[in-house]
Amino acid sequence: MEQYFIQFSLLILFLPLAAFVVQIFLGKRLPRQGDWVSISAIGITLILSLIMFATMLSSYDSGFSKEASFTWIDMGSFSIQLGFLIDNITIIMLVVVALISTCTHIFSLEYMAGDIRYSRYFAYLGLFTFSMNGIVLANNLISMYMSWELVGVSSYLLIGHWFEKDTAANAGKKAFLTNRVGDIGFFIGIMLLYTAVGSFMFSDIFEGVAVGKISGTMLTLAGVGLFLGAMGKSSQFPLHIWLPDAMEGPTPVSALMHAATMVAAGVYMSVRVFPLFSPDALLVVAYVGGFTALFAASIAVTQTDIKKVLAYSTVSQLGYMILAVGTGVYTAAFFHLLTHAMFKANLFYGSGSVIHAMHHALHKKHDHNTDPQDMRNMGGFKEKMPVTYWTMLVSTLAIAGVPLFSGFLSKDAILAGTLAFAQHHPAHLLLPVFGFGAAALTAFYMFRLMFLTFHGAPQMPELIDDIHESPKEMTGPLVLLASLSVFIFYTLPYVDPFSDHGWFTDLVVAGDSFVPGSIPAREIADHAHHAHYTAMYTSIAVAFLGIALAVMVYLRKVFSAENWVKSFGTLYDWSRNKYYFDENYERFLYQPFFRLANKVAWLDWDLYDKYFINGFGRFTDWLSRVTGRFDFEGIDQGLVDGTGRIVNYLGGTFRKLQTGRLQNYLLYVTAGLIILTIIQAF
Amino acid sequence: MADMVFWCIAALTVISAAFVVLNNQLLYAAIGLLFTLFGVAGLYVFLWADFIAGVQLLVYIGGILVLIIFGIMLTNQISSVRLSQTNVQQGVGAVVVTWLFIFLSMVISKTPWLIRPALEPESTTAGVGTLLLTRYLLPFEVISVLLLGALIGAAVLSREGN
Amino acid sequence: MDQLTNYLFIAAVLFSLGVFGVITRRNGIAVLMGVELILNAANLNFVAFSRFGGMNLDGHIFGLIVIVLAAAEAAVALAIIINIYNNLNTINVDDASSMKQ
Repeated sequence: MEQYFIQFSLLILFLPLAAFVVQIFLGKRLPRQGDWVSISAIGITLILSLIMFATMLSSYDSGFSKEASFTWIDMGSFSIQLGFLIDNITIIMLVVVALISTCTHIFSLEYMAGDIRYSRYFAYLGLFTFSMNGIVLANNLISMYMSWELVGVSSYLLIGHWFEKDTAANAGKKAFLTNRVGDIGFFIGIMLLYTAVGSFMFSDIFEGVAVGKISGTMLTLAGVGLFLGAMGKSSQFPLHIWLPDAMEGPTPVSALMHAATMVAAGVYMSVRVFPLFSPDALLVVAYVGGFTALFAASIAVTQTDIKKVLAYSTVSQLGYMILAVGTGVYTAAFFHLLTHAMFKANLFYGSGSVIHAMHHALHKKHDHNTDPQDMRNMGGFKEKMPVTYWTMLVSTLAIAGVPLFSGFLSKDAILAGTLAFAQHHPAHLLLPVFGFGAAALTAFYMFRLMFLTFHGAPQMPELIDDIHESPKEMTGPLVLLASLSVFIFYTLPYVDPFSDHGWFTDLVVAGDSFVPGSIPAREIADHAHHAHYTAMYTSIAVAFLGIALAVMVYLRKVFSAENWVKSFGTLYDWSRNKYYFDENYERFLYQPFFRLANKVAWLDWDLYDKYFINGFGRFTDWLSRVTGRFDFEGIDQGLVDGTGRIVNYLGGTFRKLQTGRLQNYLLYVTAGLIILTIIQAF
Repeated sequence: MADMVFWCIAALTVISAAFVVLNNQLLYAAIGLLFTLFGVAGLYVFLWADFIAGVQLLVYIGGILVLIIFGIMLTNQISSVRLSQTNVQQGVGAVVVTWLFIFLSMVISKTPWLIRPALEPESTTAGVGTLLLTRYLLPFEVISVLLLGALIGAAVLSREGN
Repeated sequence: MDQLTNYLFIAAVLFSLGVFGVITRRNGIAVLMGVELILNAANLNFVAFSRFGGMNLDGHIFGLIVIVLAAAEAAVALAIIINIYNNLNTINVDDASSMKQ
């Protein structure tokens, strides 16, 4: 099967694009607005990915790697190669993308039914999947960067899908522009590497790093530059501001974006380029990730919008992954990316299901003012929506890091790596603190979400009768993804819920960094192994601490949440308002920028335009008069007419040669023949 | 003896050819052409081309020359004794033609010609006949069609009142 | 006398005289006679090469074809000249110069 992988990859890459093209041009004219085109394209993609996945499992080769390139641009010494790199990480990621994307397509059938831009929505989903697969398959920074930007574009289109709403349109713009900030860093990183190494291919760059073509500060700068790109896409502090706003998009899109495509791109890229991060760059990565994990979790604690909680939860979990990359256990980061994709997609579909139910209930009551996403309006949905409840509970347990579920394994691997890192670098004690703190908060706010939504007394009793379980198109993906959050799928062929040892750890083995003098992967793994049990007990302890706190506050009401709000007033306000990041950006970034823009505009209008441009205009006017006279008298009268006169005179002269007498012509011919012969002979 | 005859014929040919182009009286020029054609026919005999020499006599002297004299008679008043005509651009023409002749002579004298050893003279009529009906059958047919065309064309052109 | 170049020189003289005639003669029939000289010169060459060179009897065939062409040409040319004479009452070729602007 391996020999067909490249063809498979081509299909996987371009089928969603083909679906996009068909949908965008013909979508409205096709029956059912062409949703079956998208579904079948993504379905084939999923099947091909699964075939590749099965082949990978059956060959069970951790060193498997396949590469194919072609020359895209060739201009002498400058040439750009594009191509595919297929190894186990790629295959797993392809499955994740295809699976989540398929679920999103199916889920959207019902969720988006009746939308005015139904076909266009599916078209954009195809474009999104295509761009993400482009990142996943890239074996070079150029095509990765192109797909990277395409992901940005398609996320912009999907977040702003309901662009009639100002908030949605603005959220789309915000996502796009915030990403641009990171992308500039990414681009600078790419260019630094290209200048030093002279190639965009990963393999060439790694080799260049290994032989020291780029080292020291430049390598750190390049690494930080690449990481800036990851920060933008993976929504790391301080570029996290776009992601919660991106909730304005349709909920299935949020699931796709948060689980498999957009935000995963940053982590995936960090994992891919990990071997060239210098130790200094890794420290930056680790601190940004760790801080983001704790920081976002602390915001999620106080949010009341169900999707905002999940959004900050995503930011926090991505922080985990970035933290893992920074501490060197990047396979753990990728593991968490995989498990997180499943349970986070499930949580989003679950929230979508809840919102869908709320929306219909409110619609029936003709209530258009109540926010269907606000958890304060929910409560007591457990009996009404059993499938949604139980599947979401599984995912919640997984994200909280409870044993027997997938999140426990991956989170444990990250925390072990972080702890090991701190044990060997005592100065960075803060990193595991970030990690464990975030773990406790995660358990707390996720159960808070569950309790507020599904338990307790209904906050709006008049609605509860109209709340119904969602149809099969929506619950199907829920059940599938919830079952994929059980540990057994990741530890096979071993069955030990307390160890992450399984096919994943067998197949995805960390390689050594190419930066000279860095710690070998074997050593990092050993350190993490030693820290494993400590990390595991601590993480179980903090997870249960968080859960217990949530149970006491929101289920048993032992403590009153209101009292806490009063006693921690300032802290609560800060968290509730997301630490005033948007406001401060507004005040210290946007406003000064606008003022500067106004100043520049004044300079432009009043100085530049009035004096320079107009002066230039007058000068040009005068100059054109002068040249006009020169033109008329010199050129027209002298040169042009002169040429005419000369030609006229010459014509008159030569006309006499044309006698019309054949004998003259014959004479010329003979004379010409003789002249030619002379020329030829001498 | 043969040499002397040859040079006599050559001289006759050249001198009468000069007469053809230089004489002012058309009828005399035509008579000069007669001698030129006779001379050429004689040269053909020296070249062992008996058939061609015969054809030359028959067609040129018997046909074309008579045609030309007819033409002269038809287009000039027969009563005028001196059917004169004048020449144009003689000076320039002479210079150019002299140069032309010089170049031709240079080419003739400088080229290393392939010279075949002399064979016994034999009649060429049979050979020409065979060739015409075998290898050159198509050109033979084409040329006969051409002759027919020329015949019809000439007849049409010279018809009265067209 | 058995010299190729002798014949070629005679042919060259005939050719040059023919060209001279064609260039200088005003009378159409005289021009035609110049053309006949040129054709004879060419023919003489063919036969001479046939005798001395490698052309064999093929040269004779070409000579024959040239003679036939000359006959056809003379017939047509005379027909044309007579036509011109009928229309313009002259056969001086430089008078029949309606090609001239």
